[in-house]
Amino acid sequence: MSKPSKVLIIGSGPIVIGQAAEFDYAGTQACKAMREEGVISVLVNSNPATIMTDEGIADIVYIEPLTVEMVGRIIERERPDGLLPTLGGQTGLNLAVDLADAGILDKYNVRSLGTPIQTIRNAEDRELFKQMLISIGEPVPDSATVNTLKQARKVAKKIGLPVVIRPAYTLGGTGGGIANNWKELERVVTIGLATSPIHQVLIEQSVVGWKEIEYEVMRDGADNCITVCNMENIDPMGVHTGDSIVVAPSQTMTNREHQMLRTASLKIIRALGVEGGCNIQFALDPNSNNYYVIEVNPRVSRSSALASKATGYPIARVAAKIAVGKRLDEIPNAVTKKTMAAFEPALDYLVVKIPRWPFDKFASGDRVIGTQMKATGEVMAIDRCFEAALQKAIRSLEFGKRSLLWEDRKWEMGTNINSYPLEPNDLRLWAIMAALRRGVTTEELAERTKIDLWFINKLQNIVGMEKQLLSQPLTPELLWQAKRLGFSDEQIGTLADRLPEQVRQLRHNWNIRPVYKMVDTCAAEFDAATPYFYSTYEEENEAESLQGDKAVVIGSGPIRIGQGIEFDYCSVHSAWALQESGFKSIMVNSNPETVSTDFDTSDRLYFEALDEESLRDILENESEETESWGNIPTPSIVQFGGQTAINLAEPLSRSGMPLLGSSAEVIDLAEDRRRFENFLNQLGIPQPPGAGVTSVDEALGIAKLIGYPVLVRPSYVLGGRAMEIVHDASELIRYMSLAIELDTKHPVLIDKYLEGKEVEVDAIGDGERVLIPGIMEHIERAGVHSGDSMAVYPGVNLTEPEIETIVNYAIRIGLELKIKGLMNIQFVIMPSSQGSLVYVLEVNPRASRTIPFISKVTGVPMVNVATKVMLGKSLKEQGYDTGLWKRQNLVGIKAPVFSMSKLLGVDTYLGPEMKSTGEVMGIDYTFDAALAKALLAAGLMLLPQGAILFSVADRNKPEALPIIRKFSSVGYKLYATEGTAAMIEAVGLPVKMISKKLSEGHPNVVDIINDGTVNGVVNTVTGGRIPLRDGFQIRRAAAEKRIPCFTSLDTARAVAEALANGSQIYSAQPLPDYRRKGPT
Amino acid sequence: MTKRAILVLEDGSVYEGYAFGAEANAHGEVVFNTSMMGYQEMLTDPSYAGQIVVPTYPLIGNYGINEQDFESNKIQVRGFVVREECYQPNHYLSTKTLHQYLAESGIPGISGVDTRAITRRLRSSGVMMGTITSDKTPQEALEQLKELPRYGETDFVKQVTTDAPYQWEPELHGETSESLCKIVVLDCGLKYSILRIMHGLGCTMQVVPATMSADEILSLKPDGILLSPGPGNPELLDYIVDTVKKLIGKKPIMGICMGNQLIARAFGAKTFKLKFGHRGANHPVRDLSDGRIHITAQNHGYATDPDSLNGGLEVTHINLNDGTVEGLRHKELPIFSIQYHSEASPGPLDNTYLFEKFLEMVREESKWIKVKQ
Repeated sequence: MSKPSKVLIIGSGPIVIGQAAEFDYAGTQACKAMREEGVISVLVNSNPATIMTDEGIADIVYIEPLTVEMVGRIIERERPDGLLPTLGGQTGLNLAVDLADAGILDKYNVRSLGTPIQTIRNAEDRELFKQMLISIGEPVPDSATVNTLKQARKVAKKIGLPVVIRPAYTLGGTGGGIANNWKELERVVTIGLATSPIHQVLIEQSVVGWKEIEYEVMRDGADNCITVCNMENIDPMGVHTGDSIVVAPSQTMTNREHQMLRTASLKIIRALGVEGGCNIQFALDPNSNNYYVIEVNPRVSRSSALASKATGYPIARVAAKIAVGKRLDEIPNAVTKKTMAAFEPALDYLVVKIPRWPFDKFASGDRVIGTQMKATGEVMAIDRCFEAALQKAIRSLEFGKRSLLWEDRKWEMGTNINSYPLEPNDLRLWAIMAALRRGVTTEELAERTKIDLWFINKLQNIVGMEKQLLSQPLTPELLWQAKRLGFSDEQIGTLADRLPEQVRQLRHNWNIRPVYKMVDTCAAEFDAATPYFYSTYEEENEAESLQGDKAVVIGSGPIRIGQGIEFDYCSVHSAWALQESGFKSIMVNSNPETVSTDFDTSDRLYFEALDEESLRDILENESEETESWGNIPTPSIVQFGGQTAINLAEPLSRSGMPLLGSSAEVIDLAEDRRRFENFLNQLGIPQPPGAGVTSVDEALGIAKLIGYPVLVRPSYVLGGRAMEIVHDASELIRYMSLAIELDTKHPVLIDKYLEGKEVEVDAIGDGERVLIPGIMEHIERAGVHSGDSMAVYPGVNLTEPEIETIVNYAIRIGLELKIKGLMNIQFVIMPSSQGSLVYVLEVNPRASRTIPFISKVTGVPMVNVATKVMLGKSLKEQGYDTGLWKRQNLVGIKAPVFSMSKLLGVDTYLGPEMKSTGEVMGIDYTFDAALAKALLAAGLMLLPQGAILFSVADRNKPEALPIIRKFSSVGYKLYATEGTAAMIEAVGLPVKMISKKLSEGHPNVVDIINDGTVNGVVNTVTGGRIPLRDGFQIRRAAAEKRIPCFTSLDTARAVAEALANGSQIYSAQPLPDYRRKGPT
Repeated sequence: MTKRAILVLEDGSVYEGYAFGAEANAHGEVVFNTSMMGYQEMLTDPSYAGQIVVPTYPLIGNYGINEQDFESNKIQVRGFVVREECYQPNHYLSTKTLHQYLAESGIPGISGVDTRAITRRLRSSGVMMGTITSDKTPQEALEQLKELPRYGETDFVKQVTTDAPYQWEPELHGETSESLCKIVVLDCGLKYSILRIMHGLGCTMQVVPATMSADEILSLKPDGILLSPGPGNPELLDYIVDTVKKLIGKKPIMGICMGNQLIARAFGAKTFKLKFGHRGANHPVRDLSDGRIHITAQNHGYATDPDSLNGGLEVTHINLNDGTVEGLRHKELPIFSIQYHSEASPGPLDNTYLFEKFLEMVREESKWIKVKQ
């Protein structure tokens, strides 16, 4: 086949559970590969917080909704001759199939590169897939696909329970599960059928408890095949691989078993005809050589990103080159620069991946894990023994002080194995450790959990070392052995009764320091050129301190709710800006999904936990001993790695390590509530009244003084016990009692809740000037976390005086704080008799999650400019001045995206605590068009015609009425719960009342959601948390049925307007054209 | 478990670790293998005779030792150097630990050493002699190393070849498939997997000592002759080269690894020592006839000089990494050979098709349609 000249690459859209930053990494690599091969790349993605959507990565960038209609228009306009569907996750594959079905690929003569469309269908359609495997003699578990519950029962009877249920065409196993009994079968099949876009599920013989092994395979057009690596899930079959702790390479298989599965993998990729990368999952009986093929992903995946980082073999990049016709033996190995991509990496270390679950945010969520993925992100750690890699990975999770020593006080400790939560859940690892400490045997635990005894033995080794540290004097030998097993200074300190700093000092006295070894794909067989390192306690250090000007960029760790891919975007841009300025950039991060941990992003990459110990070790390794100047430390940049990096400012400063940009003192001033209050008072800038309190009485007094509603939040971080809006004294007493019970030392902060218009700005300060590239106005009023709000650039509803005040405040705060680099300020605007009053809610002296968005809509490369400011190049020298940057002739709207369908038990209502996992952007020339695109891309757009359910709290009823009228006027059929229906009837609109009392007959609200009668829900909460049961059921039903549920009337109003304004007319243009050309 | 031991290399570098396996000293040529699995196969591969092996993968012994994966009847390495030896293996087939196996075989191991540092040294300085000891000082070990014979000057084939001819019987299942042909294997240090695979293809496998003469071999009436892999310097094996010369043209011949070098030498070519050899399970080889790449298992320290080839031999395969000769064939005669291991073990099974190719050649040549029984 001839090489294509122009290729369309489909991105994966917003970050959701099951589809995270790994596809930004894959897409970015693919774009780079296209450029190297001289192929023009056209990229479409709806997610602005990605490196791949940067101008300069792809040749032509579209940030548009990933719909058939939109991508069809882009194809019509760009006329690519090739389509790369395999880099945008399940979203990309599904869209490619839809484009083929719609005849668009044929019409414009676009061929699918890498993986034929038929192969996608073969791999995704369970029945076709099974037939294919049987035809090549590969074993598959007994199974059948069904389209109804009745069929499902019949099949399950034949196979025998337990069975696994897997919906077709869903990502991250959404809607799947294991059924051990008939009731579970009914529940899981019903959800599965609803989730599958083709209403099809597979009922499969269960191999729960078998080893789960994955292979990453590559194949080129000449039929050359290699395996990049294999991976073993520590959690055996039954837990989604995305939710499993995974080790690479496999640890418990013999060579014979490995070769058996490797040979099967090659056979399968050949049978599928994939040209590129493919992930194949097997179940292997731990007591025989029987195995089954479980799943095939004919595309790059989360696992392939992990495999790339685990081995140094860039799967996506090689896959992209294969797709445009290169053979494996024609592609250089970018790591060794001496060998070719046609080889299999040899590791001389192992990696451990641990998922990052959102249960710290969602305390009420169902913590049991199974075949449906729940993790939002993951961490990886590399070391030369399992114990150390595991412990470093746990440090990388950033659960505060939760090392392996952590135990839940709720567990009934003892030698009874039944008292520990050993079913798959996010705390199982800690439960196993607690059980081992109390004498439960390794064999018992292996039998119960089906985790291979080998892994349990390793955990027992860790327990053994804990006991030595507790009971023996800390000698150099013991300390060395503890460090070799991955114990942190803090853990050693806890066990050996010393402060972490004392342990560090002892280490230095005894010259026990980590060395850094290279990830080189070849186990040191060749002299490799990669700058990719990990720490270990061994003899030889391979990472000599880099010479010349340099700085460390501290990354943002695992993707979690509240700290997403935006910060990886910022970290990468900072590294690039350093390089542009003649500095060597050194990246530190622990997240294998990201662009920042691509070894060619920076001059050097340390794949390490982002905590004080590991950063100080790295900085010491990078410090230079000079004759004339003594020891020169390397500076760090903490502004771009989210809260993770900013939290390191203080400890690094304290240990004498310099920071670039705003000082640790500035950061403390902005974060310390009392100091910040004084600071704003001195400037005469208003903020909502409030105080910190430590008792219920004190709280009631303050609340009375400032008036309800109030916003309350603990000044400490504690899982799930979060910010709330409190409307009256009884709610406040409840909240305070709980908060005080949990922690009496730290105050609870109470602020007047101002339900006004929320506005935010991102700004760059250099000490003399403050540049504000743009102002964003939120669609939802204050009270909804800014990360969960829709934000509009430019502030279309702001008055000139409001804008002036905002800019004035931002400049004064920036100058007075001596901000060097980025800051984000959030404002709330309240109407008052003298016009409107602008209050400052908070100031964050770091990059915020809106940086990629605002950079893309304004064209100001904020991270680049800020990094250069930190290096001493003033805004003026960079061609910028103080004040608001010129307003672009466009509207950009950022909309949040949630993963609620995957998190059972989590309430979906919007509040002050962030819940979204990702974001999309709608950009166009008018507000209506941009809004329609943002809603479309976020999956919140309603059909032009349909039915909608209203269930609104009393205090919101007056405000809801105009919205209800609007829905009615566009022809929407109205359904409403008792009180809301009465109000609607009272104003004479047609409405069907439906009961929200689930126990009192059918149909009720949940029924009409489940049976598809309504295709949207508007539901506001009454406040508090206890009386939410009905509302909770409504919201969960909507989440699981995957229909939009609006809990803020502001969002609902926007949607109603988008429907009313017939906003199907929108542009399809490359991103820069919106800024350059203006409306056509 | 906590007895100290050291590995001393002849360039004077010393690596401290812990003794495991047998309490003994060992010396030999120190080489590294990059395969991540298959330590049992490595230990029992006769091509490691005279060598101390360093697996680059740090965790060794995880699945113990089983009865299925022996490649010969004993441990062949002189010593084993690992980052971590697993003393609590887990596998349903495991019958003993790595430590027990080494201990009962009288072979010492050393664990806890920085195997990557050792590998980097061998890569940059080339393989060299070394000693594992738990009772000598580095200085003593170094002195002794200078006294010992050099690896390249010892004929290890004589040490590992079978004493008497034998016929391969399937060890485990015992089923006797009908024999389609008879292959004589000249045992220079063969691996059982060769016998397992070819037996599985329906061959009667007759193994003979490396010292057997050509006439004796031909008197066994083989349909084909397989020259096995084996340890050491091919230049010391003139007696086998003479045998091979006499076999040329008589029967179809396949050579593996040492067998490849023996065929080359039989046609007058020269061999040379590689700086640090090829040992691993990931070596890409290009088939020059169709350009295809094959991932191969390798274990050799010597290579054939392509410029010295003559007598109708041509290069069919080259190593993608360093361009060295990986396969030869005769332009007219039914002779071909590979420098890598089509029997894998440890390593990928991608090249077992070569055994079938050999059988094709045998079939073509002898036009046999005979069926035993």
